[in-house]
Amino acid sequence: MSIQYLGFDEISGPLVALDNVTGVGYDEVAYIKLSDGSERTGRIVEISGDKAILQVFEGTKGLSLKNTKTKFTGKPMELALSEEMLGRVFSGSGKPIDGLGDIYPEKYADINGKPLNPVSRTYPRNYIRTGISSIDCLMTLIRGQKLPIFSGSGLSHNKLAVQIVRQAKIADENGQDFAIVFGAMGVKNDVADYFKKSFAESGVQQKVVMFMNLSNDPIIERILTPRCALTAAEYLAFEKNMHILVILTDITSYCEALREFSSSKGEIPGRKGYPGYLYSDLASLYERAGIAEGSTGSVTQIPILTMPNDDITHPIPDLTGYITEGQIVLDRSLDQTGIYPSVSILPSLSRLMKDGIGEGYTRADHSVVANQLFAAYAKVQDARSLASVIGEEELSDNDRKYIEFGTQFEKHFISQKFNEDRSMEETLDLGWSLLSLLPKSELDRVDEELLDKYYDSESAARKFEL
Amino acid sequence: MENKIYSVNGPVVKVKNTKDFSMLEMVYVGEKRLIGEVIGVTSEATTIQVYEVTTGLKVGEPVIGTGAPMSVTLGPGIISNIFDGIQRPLQEIQKQSGRFIDEGANVPAIDTEQLYDVTMTVSVGDSLKGGEVYASCPETSVITHYCLLSPELSGKVIWIADNGKYHVNDTICKIENEKGQVHELTLCQKWPIRQPRPAKDRKMISRPLITGQRIIDTILPIAKGGTAAIPGGFGTGKTMTQHQLAKWCDADIIVYIGCGERGNEMTQVLDEFTELIDPKTNRPLTDRTVLIANTSNMPVAAREASIYTGITLAEYYRDMGYHIAIMADSTSRWAEALREISGRLEEMPAEEGFPAYLPSRLSEFYERAGYVETLNGKEGSVTIIGAVSPQGADFSEPVTQNTKRFVRCFWALDKSLAYARHYPAINWTTSYSEYIDDLTEYYNREVGEDFLQMRQEISNILIEENQLMEIVKLIGADVLPDGQKLIIELARIIRVGFLQQNAYHKDDTFVPLSKQKLMMDAILTLYHCSQKALEEGVPMSEVVNSGMFERTVKIKYEIPNDKPQMFDTLKADMIKTFDGLILKEKERSGL
Repeated sequence: MSIQYLGFDEISGPLVALDNVTGVGYDEVAYIKLSDGSERTGRIVEISGDKAILQVFEGTKGLSLKNTKTKFTGKPMELALSEEMLGRVFSGSGKPIDGLGDIYPEKYADINGKPLNPVSRTYPRNYIRTGISSIDCLMTLIRGQKLPIFSGSGLSHNKLAVQIVRQAKIADENGQDFAIVFGAMGVKNDVADYFKKSFAESGVQQKVVMFMNLSNDPIIERILTPRCALTAAEYLAFEKNMHILVILTDITSYCEALREFSSSKGEIPGRKGYPGYLYSDLASLYERAGIAEGSTGSVTQIPILTMPNDDITHPIPDLTGYITEGQIVLDRSLDQTGIYPSVSILPSLSRLMKDGIGEGYTRADHSVVANQLFAAYAKVQDARSLASVIGEEELSDNDRKYIEFGTQFEKHFISQKFNEDRSMEETLDLGWSLLSLLPKSELDRVDEELLDKYYDSESAARKFEL
Repeated sequence: MENKIYSVNGPVVKVKNTKDFSMLEMVYVGEKRLIGEVIGVTSEATTIQVYEVTTGLKVGEPVIGTGAPMSVTLGPGIISNIFDGIQRPLQEIQKQSGRFIDEGANVPAIDTEQLYDVTMTVSVGDSLKGGEVYASCPETSVITHYCLLSPELSGKVIWIADNGKYHVNDTICKIENEKGQVHELTLCQKWPIRQPRPAKDRKMISRPLITGQRIIDTILPIAKGGTAAIPGGFGTGKTMTQHQLAKWCDADIIVYIGCGERGNEMTQVLDEFTELIDPKTNRPLTDRTVLIANTSNMPVAAREASIYTGITLAEYYRDMGYHIAIMADSTSRWAEALREISGRLEEMPAEEGFPAYLPSRLSEFYERAGYVETLNGKEGSVTIIGAVSPQGADFSEPVTQNTKRFVRCFWALDKSLAYARHYPAINWTTSYSEYIDDLTEYYNREVGEDFLQMRQEISNILIEENQLMEIVKLIGADVLPDGQKLIIELARIIRVGFLQQNAYHKDDTFVPLSKQKLMMDAILTLYHCSQKALEEGVPMSEVVNSGMFERTVKIKYEIPNDKPQMFDTLKADMIKTFDGLILKEKERSGL
């Protein structure tokens, strides 16, 4: 019979304090029974002498100093794991909420996970074709990578994520199991429904594990949501050898929750009031992507975050960018001109693509095309800003060609339909056609051999009806 | 009396009412014997930072002091190994706990089973001073390990083992000091990580660290024993630049510290360095590399320690007479670890929440670089190249600004260059190197007196272009006079053909100084020839379309490193082409 503690000594925000507690460990989970029979879960966030401070996942609403009984479990927060999780919906703290009952667990695992030993990692090399030209050609997604989408409120990040999920699954040629773990942190009900509906329509529902913390759910639970999702992902990937794509949305809500929790604990704030450990905390999530030796599975992460005020230097996108292996940035002005997906090419990047493209993976000329497109599009921006000062009429021939190239590039390459699935060949050939709109001498990153093979300005002009 | 844990808050643990611990002492915390370090002592409480995850730690669990400060083990077996922030070998941890790192892993820092072929270098009766060599053994195919007497000891050799095979912990020598105390020496020794190892004398900086990267060697050189910072926002190529330097620079040993960075990057270093062959020694690069990997998801206190662990290892090899380059990626993560722990200690924050002692910690670190005469009379150096990840790519933040005060080389990475995929994205106008004066003698002697002149001329063209671009942005390039158009055209050749360097091209990834000079020479010849042609009245369009500009841009790919004679042909062609143009112009104007 374990000890139960009656009542609390202090309640403040999501935190409660208990005095005269003995034999409990840091990070240990406790169950709090209310007098009406309902039960809540809490976790120790600080112990000092015989005083323990707990965070209550479901919030402290309705708790008083005497109407509770608290029982400690002696274990950190654990998630029940089993292959049955596929197709199920869980709350942010890992309890089934789809009315189908508990799962029969094969094992339990600490949701905080443990750091993957760098020597046990396998360097990711295998690319994932998403069928989206801008991503496939210019910021190729690699299996085992963490590639966030930096978006803003009102942009089409959710649509893009759904398109990636739908098209990426087909790309797995050797038929290995593919599944999606979806972690929703503080998302709106409509958004959650949109994802559910889209997964159902594209027939992947039975391959999705969902962890739902909606925007009106308690914030402490929100802090657990990505950890539960990633624990499930690691289990499926490394023990069941599946390829797992983890979609986490919205990281911004998660960070807000962390800030709220940190300030109620009275911690010294860092930049913009976010706790000083925000970097380490985000890293403990993002670093759980990868491929481990001795398993054929992988965890690929696509976290989605909305940049407050579209500011890429805000702490959340900034720290994220320093941890993740690249980023896909969405741009509001492209979006407003009706271009979907509104990927802003220049600040977007995939750090791992260099080793997963080219001969044997995609096509030998891939990196050359990508580099030349980046360089050329950077010049488009220069030409455009010049044109806005002196007018397009006054531009030199070269600059005018760049502006034409820029327009066609946005219209035909970046822009594509929601259900359009382009092959790698198509994408790269399209890239060459666009480059052929520029004079040969401007293509300084391409050698003669490739130019002879792919450069064809006449058919390019015909193709884009110039 | 046994000391017990009183409170736990993240990585910070407190013990009440004890006087047993000293500052910076290493301690074992809890039943699992987690490694920790004392960071605060008051009469009320002792504060300890724990280098591992504290989940499950309970009030009342024991804390045991070791009586010694946080130290590393120095001995053969360090090179080509990969350690975490407190020198635990990750490969051994993998054997013990599998893919994921368990807390409380207790593994010796260096392999105690391995036998080394030891040659004794002293005999009975010799007197030894601190820092002198008493034995040597081959450590890897390229590094010979010298066993150095700890700087704190000295005495007469009273016993020495025969040459032969020994483990690192076998006693191979005994010395007796003046007071008659006998010390037994093995192949290894301990040294506290926060204390710099002493040297006899700091020497003037006089030799460059050759990196094979044109923008660094020619425009912004770094010296052996120098310090450099690479600041840049995410995606500007900090890590890429550090990898390039680690691969190609002419240091004897590389210490690569992955401090709070990505796990996959460390795997990449491991993979690549095993495959890459060092052209100078024909051995894999791992044979001269030590990796310290404390990725961002590993405990934050160990991240703070990793920088010191790395530099202590470097100093140890410096004392053997080697030249070491340290790549610290990234010092901002280390500063953030300081901030995080400072926050847990509830210290008064200074700028941006960083502790007020940030600048002094930074200077302590960078000042451990230097070119020295070691205690045993050899020359060795430690060069520090630290990446800085400024928040929001804003160079005015505290870590960048304070680092700038303590380094003499500043390679600022530029977002717009990176966006245009111009790598290395080092901005030539905002970066600087203070080493040019120190290295003048070396350049004059080794690559010729005209090298620095050419460098200056190239820099001038770039500066002039920078000013012209202000005008071009407003009114376009067409209205400029031909002379200025030529500058812009030439600056393009310099940027694309010289400063931009392709890390994936077999010749371009490393370019020897001699070829860097020939490339500058070719570019300047082109400049002078076309200048002359313009003066003679040849129109700008004919100069630009002469084909020579296109050829010059591509010399980095088309002239292999081992065929310098091709530059002569190129120069001859240039002179011929432009002379032809001038002649044609003269004929046309009827002279």
